[in-house]
Amino acid sequence: MSFPYLSTIVFLPVVGLVIIALLPKPQQKTVKLTALIFALASFALSIAVFYLFDRSNGSIGQIQFEEKLSWIPAINAFYHVGVDGLSLPLVILMTFLGVLAVLVSWNIQLRPKEYFIWLLLLETSILGVFCSLDLVLFFLFWELELIPMYFLISVWGSGRKEYSAIKYVIYTLVGSALMLVGILSIYFSTGSLNMMELAGMSATKAVIPLAAMFFLLLTGFAIKLPVFPLHTWLPDAHTDAPTAASVILAGALLKMGGYGMIRLCVSIFPQVALQYAPLLVVLAVVSVLYGAAVTLRQKDLKRLIAYSSVSHMGYVLLGVFALSQVSLTGAVLQMFSHGIITGLLFAMVGLVYDKSHERNLDNLGGLARQMPVIVVVFSIAGLASLGLPGTSGFAAEFITFVGSYSSPAVPGIQLYTILGVFGIVLTAGYILWMLQRVFYGPPLEKFSKVPDANNIDKICIFSFVAAIMLVGIYPAILTNVIKLGVEPIARLVGL
Amino acid sequence: MTLNELRFLTPELSLLGFALAIILLDLFIKQKRVLAGIGIAGVIVSAGFTVAMWGEPGVAIFGRMLAVDNFALFFKLLMLVATGLIILASQDYVRKFKRFQGEYYALILISAVGMMLLVAASDLISIYVSLELTGISLYVLASFLKDRKSSEAGLKYLLLGAVASAVLLYGMALVFGFTGRTCLMCIAEYVQGMPGAGLLNNPALLLAMVFLAAGFGFKIACFPFQMWVPDVYEGAPTPITAYLSVASKAAGFAVILRVFFVALGSPEWLSLNWGMMFAVLSAITMTVGNVVAILQSNIKRMLGYSSIAQAGYLMVGLATVGMAVGHDALGQSGLIFFLMSYAVTNLGAFIAIIAISNTIDSDEINKYTGMGKRAPFLAAALTLCLISLIGLPPTAGLIAKIYIFSGAVQNGLLWLVIVAVINSAISAFYYLRVVKVMWSGVPTSEKKVPSSWALRTALALCCLFVVLLGVIPGGFVSIAEAAAKIFVGS
Repeated sequence: MSFPYLSTIVFLPVVGLVIIALLPKPQQKTVKLTALIFALASFALSIAVFYLFDRSNGSIGQIQFEEKLSWIPAINAFYHVGVDGLSLPLVILMTFLGVLAVLVSWNIQLRPKEYFIWLLLLETSILGVFCSLDLVLFFLFWELELIPMYFLISVWGSGRKEYSAIKYVIYTLVGSALMLVGILSIYFSTGSLNMMELAGMSATKAVIPLAAMFFLLLTGFAIKLPVFPLHTWLPDAHTDAPTAASVILAGALLKMGGYGMIRLCVSIFPQVALQYAPLLVVLAVVSVLYGAAVTLRQKDLKRLIAYSSVSHMGYVLLGVFALSQVSLTGAVLQMFSHGIITGLLFAMVGLVYDKSHERNLDNLGGLARQMPVIVVVFSIAGLASLGLPGTSGFAAEFITFVGSYSSPAVPGIQLYTILGVFGIVLTAGYILWMLQRVFYGPPLEKFSKVPDANNIDKICIFSFVAAIMLVGIYPAILTNVIKLGVEPIARLVGL
Repeated sequence: MTLNELRFLTPELSLLGFALAIILLDLFIKQKRVLAGIGIAGVIVSAGFTVAMWGEPGVAIFGRMLAVDNFALFFKLLMLVATGLIILASQDYVRKFKRFQGEYYALILISAVGMMLLVAASDLISIYVSLELTGISLYVLASFLKDRKSSEAGLKYLLLGAVASAVLLYGMALVFGFTGRTCLMCIAEYVQGMPGAGLLNNPALLLAMVFLAAGFGFKIACFPFQMWVPDVYEGAPTPITAYLSVASKAAGFAVILRVFFVALGSPEWLSLNWGMMFAVLSAITMTVGNVVAILQSNIKRMLGYSSIAQAGYLMVGLATVGMAVGHDALGQSGLIFFLMSYAVTNLGAFIAIIAISNTIDSDEINKYTGMGKRAPFLAAALTLCLISLIGLPPTAGLIAKIYIFSGAVQNGLLWLVIVAVINSAISAFYYLRVVKVMWSGVPTSEKKVPSSWALRTALALCCLFVVLLGVIPGGFVSIAEAAAKIFVGS
């Protein structure tokens, strides 16, 4: 057996957290460095996997770096991990954000040991979701993410942190509870828990109608993505979470929903997906427009960014349920792109708040003079978010719209796509207005002593910018990989 | 009856011997800790005898009074493990009563003997006798503190237990009345040969079934016989509360499973009926447990209601057994695995509570504030166990739920599974409240919380198994599958 790349990537953070936990009364610096080293190691390995990934046409729909061990023989569950073109970009996204989340948290003073333990466990659980190919394993990692996130929000958060944390947990648990029912019905209808085998497999003795299974799974993913009207946990959780948790929450965690929809809902039930695509596309457009409209009205800087995620995840939903190969590619790219852009936006909000201790837009203003670096990077992030050419946001949204406009899956999808494009106009509105209110206008006396980003902040935010630019200028670096994963799925739909 | 058959009784007899030894030695030994040591030794010896018999083909002994099969052996071992852990964990608690420590340990062992007989009993008479043996020891133990609350707990438990026994006895009398037999396998033969299908054609059978379920329902605290739980759990000494919630409940499930599966397992119209009865009771039990638990401010009461909810999940397995027309054993093995997981989890939670409450002298959840600082190990262990009770990874609780629910889905109880999973989501609310108070609250004092090494060992063992069952459940699932083989007669 070759080197278990994926297991190493997934469990390196766990090794790190065990080491941190075992350090007796460690220095803050030791804890942070340990966390950073293990996050970096995981990131470096995922880049190695990306480099070694076979991109030839022969590998379309093939799982690579596969590992399979017997786990619970009684229910035919395996420890089965592997990546394909669909999951690899998300794995890289998570390891990348994992490193940056550690950097973002460099100034944590409150109980740093526990903090980094939870952060590393969070990373492992999300990586596990993207790597698992067995439904029970997938579910286990899916649920594992709840505990660290609960602690991160409820202990290190701000505002109504305890309310937000428990709201987040209950929402997710209800979703995943239904998902578990869905997974069990799939298992007893087909006798398999292997996600790759299940794709395109027909249920021999469905215990409940296929559409019911589809919606049981979809509800779990729709809460996570989130889809209007199941999104109300998101603004609370994002706003009250500590910066690093917001970065990971918006950057990688929401993508579990999109990933699950493609990997399970569409792959296993292509015909049901096709049948209900019109409904879901409408929900997507509602999410885009409603999310954007609500974002416009926000007074709290962090809440504003949080709501913008609802809107941007609408594009993912649109791309997924337009069900064509191009739109699916666009959706996956949009997930990656939104991950780094919103990750950066939350990091920037964290910086502004750290330095100025103010998040209310009414009380902010004129910060451009004090924070020349922050204003430039924040603007880049904002422009990427509204899809400026040259940034990853443009590439992703463009491909999504082209794919969905030309998709035959839903009658009248052209209209929905155009409505979706209109969301970009709203995005431009709230992003530019936000930048204006925070950074421009007359400099305020109370902010005269506010410092700019320090060196660690700069390393962190410049890495984000580099990634955004790289994908924006050369999107093929990812789309070449993504198409290997989505092509067989689009073929299953048969359009 | 031959003397040869006595060898099957070695686990019970040896444990009884140790119990008597404790009572005698109590007169001479000043160091009462030695008595606990003797108790542990008894548990280990008895467990050794039990394990030695594992895997042998099932037989009925003493004129079909007792069955010796993997199912019984598994439950005996579970009782012994729980007893051992409880004795270890009692070390910090027994300081509260200066006198009668010897009797305390002896009674625990005797009730364990009762439960070990109960899980093997395959005759209505032996079931009743062992049930009473267990019950009477537990009534005494529940009131052992002799303060107001503990006495109330004991009395309440005694009175309600007596009523439940009476109901059970009435059910048994009915069964005996129309079958003329008391041994479970003989009843099965009679029921299968009965003329006329359908419960409505056999009102006596219907009545008997309901009375039996009611009598046993008291033991497992299922709706509507759960009323005694919160008061007794709150008032009884905490180790006994843990013992009641784990060992006594597990024994209850074992005996229900045996009676219904062996005696009333076929014909189909009968098993489907009691399967559905348990399914409905299960849905109500878990909902009542979870909803009322949300309102509790005392952690022992909260865990009392939580154990009602957990009994609800366990009954999903019971319902599955009834509904399993294909006669797959997923219901039994799911129930057994869930009991394993529930036992280590709930014991762990209670053991942590024993240590914490001993120092802060309160069971109020509010008083647990800042425990993460004052007692990091205890708080972390309690957190792990509460997470397992919710059913989140990487703990036993998640796998147990997946396993027990999978059997239910397989056998057409999808609606029940949906009720159950929604219930688990609700339960996160009150379990996490304790976690929140411990980790994000401000400590009321800087004083550390001490605990004895015996208690810490017991707690560490529980936590170890909570994680093992959750991460590499394969081996434990095989044990559950082996234990699911109930002896139905040769």
